[in-house]
Amino acid sequence: MSTRTKEILVVAIVAALFLIFYLRKVFGAPPVLFPGTVSILVVSVIGLSLLWILIRTLAGRYVERRVVFLYVGIAVTLPLFMTLSQKVSVAPEVQGVFSSFEKLSAGSKVLVSFDYDPPSAPELQPMAEACLYYCFEHDLKVIIMGLWPQGPMQANLALQKVLNDERISQKNLQYGVDYVNLGFQAGNEFVIQRMGSEFRSMFPADFRGTPYEEIPLVTNIRNFSNIDYSFNIGSGYPGTREWVQIAVDRYGLKLGAGNTAVQTTEMYPYLRAGQLAGIVGGMSGAAEFEFLTKWIGNATKFMLAQSVAHMIVISFVIIGNVAFFVGRRTRERKS
Amino acid sequence: MASREPTSDDARVRKAPVISGSRTALDRSRLGLSVALYVTVFLFLTRASLSVAQAQPPGVDTASLSPTDSIAPPDAYPRPVPSVTAADAPNDNGGSVDVTWEKSPDDADGGKVRRYKIMRAEAVGGRPGEWTEVGDATAGATRLTDGNTQDDRDYFYKVVAVNSLIENGAARWRAVAESMVAGPVRSKAQWFDLRRVNALVGVTLLCSLLGYFITRARSGKALFIRKIAGLEAVDEAVGRATEMGRKIYYIPGISDMDNMQTIAGLTILGRVAEVAATHDTWLEVPVCRSMVMVTAKEVVKEAYSKVGRPDAFHEDQVHYLTDDQFGYAAAIDGMVMREKPATMFYMGEFFAESLILSETGNAAGAIQIAGTAAPAQLPFFIAACDYTLIGEELFAASAYLSKEPKLLGSLKGQDMGKALVLVAILAGIILESLGVVDFSTFFSIGE
Amino acid sequence: MRRAVPLVITTIVGATFVIRYFIPHYPFNRLNDWFSDWFAIVAACAIVLGALNLMRISIQKVVRGKPAWGYSLVTIVAFLLITIVGLAAGREYRGPDTAFSWLYNNTYSPLSSSMFAILAFFVASASYRAFRARNLEATLLLLAAFFVMLGRVPVGYVLSSFMPDGYRLTDLAVWIMNVPNTAGQRAIMIGIALGIVSTSVRVIVGIERTYLGGD
Repeated sequence: MSTRTKEILVVAIVAALFLIFYLRKVFGAPPVLFPGTVSILVVSVIGLSLLWILIRTLAGRYVERRVVFLYVGIAVTLPLFMTLSQKVSVAPEVQGVFSSFEKLSAGSKVLVSFDYDPPSAPELQPMAEACLYYCFEHDLKVIIMGLWPQGPMQANLALQKVLNDERISQKNLQYGVDYVNLGFQAGNEFVIQRMGSEFRSMFPADFRGTPYEEIPLVTNIRNFSNIDYSFNIGSGYPGTREWVQIAVDRYGLKLGAGNTAVQTTEMYPYLRAGQLAGIVGGMSGAAEFEFLTKWIGNATKFMLAQSVAHMIVISFVIIGNVAFFVGRRTRERKS
Repeated sequence: MASREPTSDDARVRKAPVISGSRTALDRSRLGLSVALYVTVFLFLTRASLSVAQAQPPGVDTASLSPTDSIAPPDAYPRPVPSVTAADAPNDNGGSVDVTWEKSPDDADGGKVRRYKIMRAEAVGGRPGEWTEVGDATAGATRLTDGNTQDDRDYFYKVVAVNSLIENGAARWRAVAESMVAGPVRSKAQWFDLRRVNALVGVTLLCSLLGYFITRARSGKALFIRKIAGLEAVDEAVGRATEMGRKIYYIPGISDMDNMQTIAGLTILGRVAEVAATHDTWLEVPVCRSMVMVTAKEVVKEAYSKVGRPDAFHEDQVHYLTDDQFGYAAAIDGMVMREKPATMFYMGEFFAESLILSETGNAAGAIQIAGTAAPAQLPFFIAACDYTLIGEELFAASAYLSKEPKLLGSLKGQDMGKALVLVAILAGIILESLGVVDFSTFFSIGE
Repeated sequence: MRRAVPLVITTIVGATFVIRYFIPHYPFNRLNDWFSDWFAIVAACAIVLGALNLMRISIQKVVRGKPAWGYSLVTIVAFLLITIVGLAAGREYRGPDTAFSWLYNNTYSPLSSSMFAILAFFVASASYRAFRARNLEATLLLLAAFFVMLGRVPVGYVLSSFMPDGYRLTDLAVWIMNVPNTAGQRAIMIGIALGIVSTSVRVIVGIERTYLGGD
């Protein structure tokens, strides 16, 4: 079979599978879930196929990068149908964020900044939902804002999901009294700076256009000194770094951070310096945070996919090194 | 008029004869005692009216709180905060007063204090006027900054310790205790932020070093600069594109002109454009921001003119794509996969699109030289590109490529600055290990 | 003159901004806000230049039938569609039931997310190609990558659950992030900060002029 034929075959199979699952969803068919035995069988097959690739590599027949892409695609999609559960181990930095929330008493004011857009939503939306759920469950007052234009829209999506949860819907929370969405404000770190003096100067009205003075929750909030805790969910600039440099350093705001896995590495210096109460990093951090807050969210569901994907990347790194050493040995023999 | 028999009351009256126009010793002492008593009561009432918490009947709700439907049990009332201090917030532009207080003795885990309400009154005739709430703090807090004062007015402050029972989001009862009044206090602006003295020292020192080495370089003294592989490869990379007859792509990052990395990237663009113009190789510069487009056009045009090839410059070499991060990455990926450039430069600030761009360039078979000061993206560039300028090497590139003495001198000064930082770190490690912590606090800025 | 005026402006504004960092008094405390507002206004006006440039080049490609003109046609259609739909919706264009919102949620959002999702594949292929144990440093990097990748997922906990507390893969991953990673990040941040100061001084003083076009 020629390479072109193989390519067309793979694309056709993947497209057919997507079509089948999409039509199932459209016609309301129940979701496909593999029983535990089948799940283990699927994982075993993937493992055996990787072993086969390794053997081929040892024999000098290397795989091309498109095979790597195919395996990554399998790694992130198939686990969504599996029913294997995993034990979540909570990292100290995630515990730090949660402990800060735990210390707050009912009625405390929590400022949540949504500084991300849809591409980062798979990692950050679950931690946002878990945060909002915990706040509403424990009668904490939530003030939402965003330094990214799409941030408040992501916040509305998270609010919609959390408020529809049966445990929260019973509380009959009121917009403007228990939570408020102040919306987006342009200006990046200058917004944070001005909020240090006066929130109202940056948010004269909320996301719906209601004047600041007419919102009961924020009427008495002048600046950061009236905020008991802040949780920043960010994926770039402006984000956690700007909040630390301005709100924490200059105004003494207590801050926890939720970041994408890539950005988390940059935040550890601030965590070690005590400028951050904790970091919820990436989807694994979000899963740990969901575990602590007892919110059943997407991060926990997607952790199996992440586990399998990590194992596949590690496998291909090993295979790649085997290919490197085999190739070097072959070249040495030839020379 | 009939007279009556004298009664025992008459006798009592007669026993205390009244002598008009003078007072007896007994009367003076009685008067003195009365005056003393009246003064004491007056002072007591005055002090009480200045909000001595002990004198105030408990449960007086002076805060602007919503009404509750129950009365607090008698043992729910917390003790007031023992002392309150209000002072102008230092190192600011005025309009702020720092209110600090000692915690109420009942402020402990499971104690009677849930929150503190901070009240403010404007001075009226030297006395507090109407009280309004300006902020609240959780239990355990001991300070709050009132950032809404006017510099030409005096204010008084007091702190109210609040205990309450919250059920279903509403307060069932509330018990408060007021503190003494602090004030009058007036906010004012300062002309120098004393918290930044250390930054001033650092900036002065660093600028002095830069100035010294720039001056020294101008005097003709040769300066040693180590080789930077990525910059040494620029000529080779441009030459490769010339030989293959393919394009050079230069990506100046996704940030705007207010970012130093973008400026550094455009500086390097000028040098690369000179080499490209000399070799007569097509240099394409797709940009993410309009102002970067305008500046990059000028830079490339001047570079072409400088080497005597103004005719080779085309307006369309520098063009705008989109402000959107992933739209930009998608557009460049498409162009790269179709046109298969020989050389790719990535110089500037990048975010998540760094790996998308560099992997695509790798798949197209281009030689790739990257440089960024975004630490999170460096690993991706290192994995996918042939050469990577790490952090400050991006800022050194301009001096390195031009070999101008003034620029090289500034590099030297920068290195000396880094040497001082290293010395400070080592000193800090030793002193902190010995328990001398004041040294490290000198480097912190802020409260 | 053409270069002298921008240089003078750069020097004055640059020096003022350095000084204003130390002076909290009005008007120095407001300079940041004013200049950022002015920059936002200029950038907002400048976007018209970029949009016109994009349209001009795209239309030229379509009209002249240059290679890949189809993509330029898609660009033109998409640009016009989103502009017209957004303007037609008025001030409430971001409302939940507007056509703009529908386009945002059903085209822009999935496309952006897909581009970001491509990273997963590229990370795998970059790792496959680049992580080679060529020498000691590369081997250490490789091992650190393994430990962090395993430690950040529940599989790592399962694989090392027999180890005592504090010695599991998850603990090792936390240690790598907290100690070597933090040390490296701090070093790079210090170097970058010094580089920015040096470049800024060169720009303010006028030694560095390439960004203006030429030396």
